[in-house]
Amino acid sequence: MERLRRTMMFVPGNNPGMLRDACLYGADSLMFDLEDAVAISEKDAARFLVYNALKTIDYGDTEIVVRINALDNPFGRADIEAVVRAGVDVIRLPKTETKDDILAVEAVIEEVERKIGREVGSTKMMAAVESAIGVINAYSIATSSKRLIGIALGAEDYVTNLKTKRYADGMELMGARSQIVIAARAAGIYALDTVYSNVDNMEGFIREVELIKQLGFDGKSVINPKQIKPVHEIYSPTAQEIKKSLDICRASSEAKKQGLGVISLNGKMIDKPIIERAERLVQLAIAVGLYKEDIKNEK
Amino acid sequence: MKNSIGRDIPENAIKDRKLYQGEFAMNSSIVKTTTKVKPVNPSDSKLLDNIEEAIVKCGLKDGMTISFHHHFREGDYILNMVVDIIASLGIKNLTLASSSLASIHKSLVKHIKSGVITKISTSGLRGELAEEISNGLMDEPVIIRSHGGRARAIEAGDVKIDVAFLGAPSSDEYGNASGSRGVANCGSLGYAKMDALYADKVIIITDFLVEFPNVPASISQTNVDYVVKIDKIGDPAGIASGATRYTKNPKELLIAEYASKVIVESGYFKEGFSFQTGTGGATLAVSRFLKTEMLNASIKASFALGGITKPMVEMHEEGLIKHIFDVQGFDLSAVESIDKNPSHHEIDSSFYANPHNKGCIANKLDVVVLSALEIDTDFNVNVMTGSDGVLRGASGGHSDTAACAKLTIIVSPLIRGRIPCVVDCVNTVITPGESIDVLVTEIGIAINPKRVDLIEKFKHVNVPVYTIEELKKKVDCIVGVPEKIQYDDKVIALVEYRDGSIIDVVRKVKL
Repeated sequence: MERLRRTMMFVPGNNPGMLRDACLYGADSLMFDLEDAVAISEKDAARFLVYNALKTIDYGDTEIVVRINALDNPFGRADIEAVVRAGVDVIRLPKTETKDDILAVEAVIEEVERKIGREVGSTKMMAAVESAIGVINAYSIATSSKRLIGIALGAEDYVTNLKTKRYADGMELMGARSQIVIAARAAGIYALDTVYSNVDNMEGFIREVELIKQLGFDGKSVINPKQIKPVHEIYSPTAQEIKKSLDICRASSEAKKQGLGVISLNGKMIDKPIIERAERLVQLAIAVGLYKEDIKNEK
Repeated sequence: MKNSIGRDIPENAIKDRKLYQGEFAMNSSIVKTTTKVKPVNPSDSKLLDNIEEAIVKCGLKDGMTISFHHHFREGDYILNMVVDIIASLGIKNLTLASSSLASIHKSLVKHIKSGVITKISTSGLRGELAEEISNGLMDEPVIIRSHGGRARAIEAGDVKIDVAFLGAPSSDEYGNASGSRGVANCGSLGYAKMDALYADKVIIITDFLVEFPNVPASISQTNVDYVVKIDKIGDPAGIASGATRYTKNPKELLIAEYASKVIVESGYFKEGFSFQTGTGGATLAVSRFLKTEMLNASIKASFALGGITKPMVEMHEEGLIKHIFDVQGFDLSAVESIDKNPSHHEIDSSFYANPHNKGCIANKLDVVVLSALEIDTDFNVNVMTGSDGVLRGASGGHSDTAACAKLTIIVSPLIRGRIPCVVDCVNTVITPGESIDVLVTEIGIAINPKRVDLIEKFKHVNVPVYTIEELKKKVDCIVGVPEKIQYDDKVIALVEYRDGSIIDVVRKVKL
C-alpha cells in the first residue's frame, strides 16, 4: 500500500510546544508552517525552531512536511537550506502558479542536497495551488518534477482571487477541487484538500470531508487534533465494504485460476475497474488496521 | 533516618513520631478522643452579636488550637476575619488546624510574623503564604495531612481543637448549619463536620440566618456552642464556580481517553463498580469518556466519591451512578444536586477516608483517577511542591484514595512547559509508589511492576505500554535532566501519611 495521506495537520513553526506534541494525535502527515502562520519578525526564529525540532524530536513514521516561504522573498532560500539539512521528508511550496515555481525551488533543493551529501531527489515536494492561474496550470504543475508527491488546494487565497468567499456548501470550490483531483490522478500523485477553519463546527467539517472523499481527494488538511479522527473514520472502509471487496477479490482470483475471462459474483458481472476498486479498498483496510490478512494470501 | 520508601527524615523532625513503614503498617487499635461539653439550658441563647464576643465566651487563650474548614476555597472571608480579631485581642501562640489553606489566606503571614499563629496543620498551601513558609517563615514545621489523615488525627486526639470557627452558608439561631439554602452556598460541609464533632467549642458563622429548624443540617445543634451572623461569609464566585473547567486541550483529552481505556480494560469496569475522579483538566475529562463507555456497555456505577463535579452529577441524574458520596462539592452543579437529589449523600471526612475508623467509604473504591505534579520511577507521587521546591499544592484525598482503591490511575503529561513530570526522584512524596497502579501519559501508559496481572492484561490492549524508566528516558530526551534543587537543612513542613507516620519532609529552598 502506498503511504496514507488522509490527514495533514498544520502546525505553526514558531510554537515549540505544538512542534513537540504534534505527532501525538495520529495525523498521517504534519506540516510545519514557516509561511503564513509566522509573523515577519519571527521568520528566523521559526526556521531555527523547526530545524531543531526535526533534528531532535522523534516523529516516528509520521511524514514531516515543511511549508516554506516563496523564493521571491528573503526567507525562502534560507528555509530550504535549513529543512533539507534537517532531513525533512517533503517541502511544500505555497501559492504555486506555474511549473517554473516548482523548478526554481527544486534547483535550490538539489543544490543543498549536493552540498551536504544528501541523496539527490530524496527531498520530496508538494505544491499548494491558491489562485485561478494555479488551478488552470494544475496539470503542468503536477507533472513538473519527479519529487512531487501531491498537489493541494489552498482555498482562502483562491476564493479571494476568484472574487468570492467560502460558503457552507463549498460550491465556489467545486471547479478548483475537481481540476486538482483530475490533475493529480493524471500525474499519478496525491490530491489533498484545503483546511476547514471553524474548528467548533464539527458537523460542517464532516460534511466537507464526505464531499472531498466523494470527489476523489486522498485526504484533508487539518488545523486541530480533534479534526483528525473524523477524517480517518470517513476514510476508513466499513466492515460491509471490506467484506464485499474481499468477495470480489476472491471471485477474481478464482476466475483467473479457472482461466475465465468474465467474472460474476452473485449473478452480477464484475469488470476490471470494480476489481481494481475492491483491491484498493482491501489495501486501505489493511493499512488502517481494519483487516489483518494480506490480500496476497487470499489468492 | 530513612523510612521504608527511603526518604531521609532528620532526627529532630521525628521527635515522638513514627516513620512511614507501608500503606497499612499502622493498624493497631486506637482510643478515640473525647470532647469537653458545656451544657446548654432551655433558656440559653446561642446567638451572639459578633465574632469577638464569641471568642471571649469560648475562652480562647494563648497556646490553644483553632480550626477552620476550606469549603469556601478562594472565596473564604471567615479565616482572615477571625484571625484579625484574635490578633486584636492580643491572643498569641495559637495552633491553626485548618482543613486546608488557599491563596486568599496570605494575611496569615503577618499574624505568623507577630506570633499570633505559631503552628499550622493543613492539607494544602498556596500563594504568598506558601512561598513565605517555604522560605522559612515559621520556626515549627507545618504538618501536611491528607483529608483522611486529618480526620484520623482529630479522632485520635493528635489534633485537639479548642475552638472551631465554622462558616456556614445557612444556619438557624440554635446552630443547625447547612452548606445549602443560603447566599454563598458550598454544598457539602464534609470537612467541617469533623471539627463540629470533636472541637471543645464550636462557633457557627453565617451570613444567612434562617428560621428554626434549619433541617436537614450538616452540623447539628447538639455540637454547636454559639452562632454569629455576619455580613458576608465569602465570595460566591470563589466558593463554587458556575461551570467546571471543560478542557479543550487536545493533550489532556488524549490522556483522558487513554485513562478511560485503561479503566474499561482493567477488569474492574463492570456492573456496580465505583469510582472517583479528581478535578484537574485531564482527570475531569476522564468522566466524559467513561460515560460513553458506560452507556455503550450498559454498565452502571454503584457509587461515585469525592470532590464532586458536574460530570458526576450529570451521570447520577441520568441514572449511570446510583449514589454520590460527597465530602466536598466543586461547582454549582454539585451544590445544587446535594440539596435536591436524595441519593447524593453528604459525608464527613472520616467516613470518606479515615484509615483508623471501622471502614471508610474509600475502602470500597474500585477505581480512582488522580493527577500529579511529579511521579518518579518508583511511582511515588508529588502533589505538594513545585519544580522549584516551593509549596504550591495540596495533599487532599490523594494518598487516601490511592491506598484504598483497587485500581489507582495517575494521569499526567510527560512534561509541563519545560518541566519534566516523570523524574528519578520526586521533590516531595505525598503518595507512595506502592499505592499507584498505572501512570497514563499522552504517549501511553506505564504499569507498576507489582501489578503483574495488569501487565499481562494490557499486552493485548490497544494502548502503548512502556516501563516507567522508558517514559523517563523519553522525557530526558526532550527536556534533559534539570539540576537538583538546593535545599537548606531546615525542615519547613512534615508530610504526615494518612496513618500518622512521617512519609517525607519539605526543606527550605536555598535562596
